[in-house]
Amino acid sequence: MDQLIFFINKVLVAGTVLGSIYALGAIGVTLIFGILRFAHFAHGDMMTMGGFIAFVLAALCAAAGISGPVPTGFIVLPVAMALTAIIALGLDKAFYAPLRKRGAKPVTLLIASIGVTLMIQGLIRLFFGVSTRSFFETEPKKILRFDMSWLGGSRPITFTQPELLMVIVTIVICYALHLFLSRSRLGKAMRAMSDNADLAQVSGINTALVVRVTWIIAGALACCAGTMLALDVSLTPDLAFNIVLPIFAAAIVGGLGQAYGAIAGGFLIGFAETLAVFDWSVLLRPFQQWLPFEITGTISLVPTEYKLTVAFVILVIVLLARPTGIFKGAAT
Amino acid sequence: MNLIELENVVGGYGGAPILNGVNIAIEPSDIGVIVGPNGAGKSTSLKAIFGLLKVTSGTIRFNGTAIENALPDKLVPLGLSFVPQEKNVFTSMTCEENLEMGAFTRRDNFADTLAMVYDMFPPVKEKRYQKAGELSGGQRQMVAMGRALMSNPKLLLLDEPSAGLSPRYVIEIFETVVRINKAGVGILMVEQNARQALAFASKGFVLANGQNRFTGTGAELIADPEVAKSFLGG
Repeated sequence: MDQLIFFINKVLVAGTVLGSIYALGAIGVTLIFGILRFAHFAHGDMMTMGGFIAFVLAALCAAAGISGPVPTGFIVLPVAMALTAIIALGLDKAFYAPLRKRGAKPVTLLIASIGVTLMIQGLIRLFFGVSTRSFFETEPKKILRFDMSWLGGSRPITFTQPELLMVIVTIVICYALHLFLSRSRLGKAMRAMSDNADLAQVSGINTALVVRVTWIIAGALACCAGTMLALDVSLTPDLAFNIVLPIFAAAIVGGLGQAYGAIAGGFLIGFAETLAVFDWSVLLRPFQQWLPFEITGTISLVPTEYKLTVAFVILVIVLLARPTGIFKGAAT
Repeated sequence: MNLIELENVVGGYGGAPILNGVNIAIEPSDIGVIVGPNGAGKSTSLKAIFGLLKVTSGTIRFNGTAIENALPDKLVPLGLSFVPQEKNVFTSMTCEENLEMGAFTRRDNFADTLAMVYDMFPPVKEKRYQKAGELSGGQRQMVAMGRALMSNPKLLLLDEPSAGLSPRYVIEIFETVVRINKAGVGILMVEQNARQALAFASKGFVLANGQNRFTGTGAELIADPEVAKSFLGG
């Protein structure tokens, strides 16, 4: 029983949190790809920027003495998401829209987005410096313990309040997105444009409006993912730049352009990474007598430093079996 | 008054013009058919009407309003609708969602139009919750035409609706076109099955090299020995 609790604490909780962050990031990447047909490399930095916006707002709240039953980071999240969405619209108008107007190729837009990456990182360093910050400098991270003695466990199931809130927020967002895409006129138009942009235009769909809505959703979700990542670990200028590659892997694994695929891909890669670096020795020790080897130190599939490669191993395996991703996304 | 009128339309995709003076006029009750050899500018003429390529000179009037180089999201509310030849359904969406997308520009209740389209295409109604990508070629063409009808158009532009269909479906599609026309929608279509299409056309236009070669009623064009010899395969 204790082994199971250990597994839940170490893998289920961590994997769900990481998966949530990847999923929210990957949804934005996949939507932008579906509508605008380019890999938005600056997505990670939009996440970081969102995290910093939330951080500033949280600091302002703390200075004003506003606090609530949940961490301030979550209280300011809706405002931060709105601000990041506006900035995402601005980035599109300033950098990507002029290129699209001139009929730029996807690779040109990709390179432009790398430029935006460097610019955002530079601006963040300029205003905030390079130091590591935490949302929990002034308030404690509440830890929730669930006593499992009634099932014969000697340890409780443990997770922090932010972790619980992150998962709830992710579920709410995914469900809202599902309703938007499957029920609303604009959401359906978004799927239509992602499916066949020329036909969407011919049908009289206001494609410029769809593009704006895409940036709003992608920006808001990026802010949410970035803030959650910052709440989970800490806030640095290269916070999300480091995970932009697994996020792209998640979007591709799910099927580019497929929002549901991005959610599935995000959780798949989140759990795979967590499992790969999980220390199995605790779980295996009770079975020592049947094992052909001696359990000495820690046993994990890959050392923590190689965590990032797991995403790409999964990517290669999935693409070998399903070349356009789990949910049959775009081929190009 | 003419529903649509193209006068000496010249245009292309930026390089050398593809259309070198096309003249087309259709009345609200007409079925107009554009025929001609490959590369004559048949499909390009439809695209010029729908703002999908640049018109550099000449005029296009719809119900008397000039519409050259207007974009589809302005044209659809005016009463124009276009069914492209290929990739004319949203394959990942259900048939019903495809039809809803055709009504995107409408803010009123389109339930009656939806019922009318289902009435016209019973197979589409039967498969309304199925993805359009899973349908056969003929059924897809029905979804595509249904989608275009959802905006309540006055003029329907069809780009080779019979392309790639078996002979049985070709006849069915042509019968549908006539039915749509009887319901009060003007038709302008491009067709490879020229002789078959001209047989029910009230206006025919033979294009070659981006210009009108012959213009007349469908029957006149079929009867013209020169048209028959050069464009209808003898």
